[in-house]
Amino acid sequence: MKFLHEYRQREAVEKIAAEIHRVVTRPWTIMEVCGGQTHAIVKFGLQQLLPPQIELVHGPGCPVCVTSLEIIDQAIAIASRPDVIFCSFGDMLRVPGSNGDLLTVKAAGGDIRTVYSPLQALKVAEDNPHKEVVFFAIGFETTAPAHAMAVVLATKKRLRNFSLLVSHFLVPPAIEAICSAPGSRVQGFLAAGHVCAIMGYEQYRPLAREYRVPIVVTGFEPLDILEGVLLCVRQLEQGICLVLNQYARAVDRNGNLNAQEILELVFDIDDQAWRGVGSIAASGLRLRAEFARFDAGRRFGMAHSSGPDRSGCISGRIMQGLQKPCDCPHFGGRCRPEQPLGAPMVSSEGACAAYYRYRNRSTADAH
Amino acid sequence: MCLGIPGRVEELLNESPLERSARVNFGGICKEINLAYVPEAREGDYVIVHVGFAISRVREQEAHRIFRYLERIGELGELQ
Ligand code: SF4
Repeated sequence: MKFLHEYRQREAVEKIAAEIHRVVTRPWTIMEVCGGQTHAIVKFGLQQLLPPQIELVHGPGCPVCVTSLEIIDQAIAIASRPDVIFCSFGDMLRVPGSNGDLLTVKAAGGDIRTVYSPLQALKVAEDNPHKEVVFFAIGFETTAPAHAMAVVLATKKRLRNFSLLVSHFLVPPAIEAICSAPGSRVQGFLAAGHVCAIMGYEQYRPLAREYRVPIVVTGFEPLDILEGVLLCVRQLEQGICLVLNQYARAVDRNGNLNAQEILELVFDIDDQAWRGVGSIAASGLRLRAEFARFDAGRRFGMAHSSGPDRSGCISGRIMQGLQKPCDCPHFGGRCRPEQPLGAPMVSSEGACAAYYRYRNRSTADAH
Repeated sequence: MCLGIPGRVEELLNESPLERSARVNFGGICKEINLAYVPEAREGDYVIVHVGFAISRVREQEAHRIFRYLERIGELGELQ
């Protein structure tokens, strides 16, 4: 496929890797922010192509991993109602709540439908006027414009039976939280290319300056990721901390202004709870007051109450770059993809699931 | 769920601004995709698609940059 295969050519990947070997003289710890990048790194064995001095740690950019236990519990409560059709991206069905998961609700007869796009949920609402249709709107800046558009279209179509359970996250405040945490090991970042396709990358400049970390906007294919590492390592070796754009084929400085406009129309910035990590100021999105009628939490009177996560999952430490999946005592034992104890074992973009799935992988695929 | 993938705009299906959509081809699999956020995208263009929405048009010129770089640092011959 065009714009995929050419970025996976083994020789090209190895050539960039050789250039990284040539440039590096000291140990560096670099975090890739997005779960899609984590998946590619593990799948294509990119860590093994890097010099031993470079360690990649895996950031919090997997929405399935960071959606809070409280929101999962609310999703389970709403999806269990007989008057509700609950629409969700497939990965969310297996995320453990305090008690069971959405799949358990479905097995017990709950009407839960997996969708690929919020527009499908909108269609379900149009087709089922006598049911309450709730869409589980999770994600980062990349997904938020799709959800904002679903709200705008629902308003235009005067749909009264459609609402969203919103769990939306913003990347820059998470990067800031990681940089300012005591004991932070991360010296440079590969920023999530598709988040920047929406938001641009001006927001990252003050972070790079203040925390003295190079930030490279990076794509998702092996060649992209290794070039992102190269652009990061070159800066680290020279003591430079700039924001660079590796992924210029899809990202420009200002991002997608059309999408930003609809985002601002529909959502407000608010504090947000990240599973395993805790609350981060101004790191999430909420429906604006004018669209509060689309808020499923409000519509179904969801209380804010979930106990602490007692599973023993260390996802928060993994997503802050402090530990790796293999450091978790439950990895591959009590926690496996068939029976996940924590959220990063669920989705293919979760670091634990990626490590588990490709645990025998050591070289780059060449297809 | 969070992957964005490139696809080729084959045929515009709806021209009304918020619901502007097209049939987009992902290596042989076609889907109807909302193009409201990339009003500049035309048939034949590649777009990055995420949860049913095109979020950015792929700039072909920029897409070749890394290969020009590889050519500079070494023997592109190997790639062909
Ligand atoms: S292996 Fe399972 S329990 Fe351990 S950190 Fe990963 S998801 Fe959590």
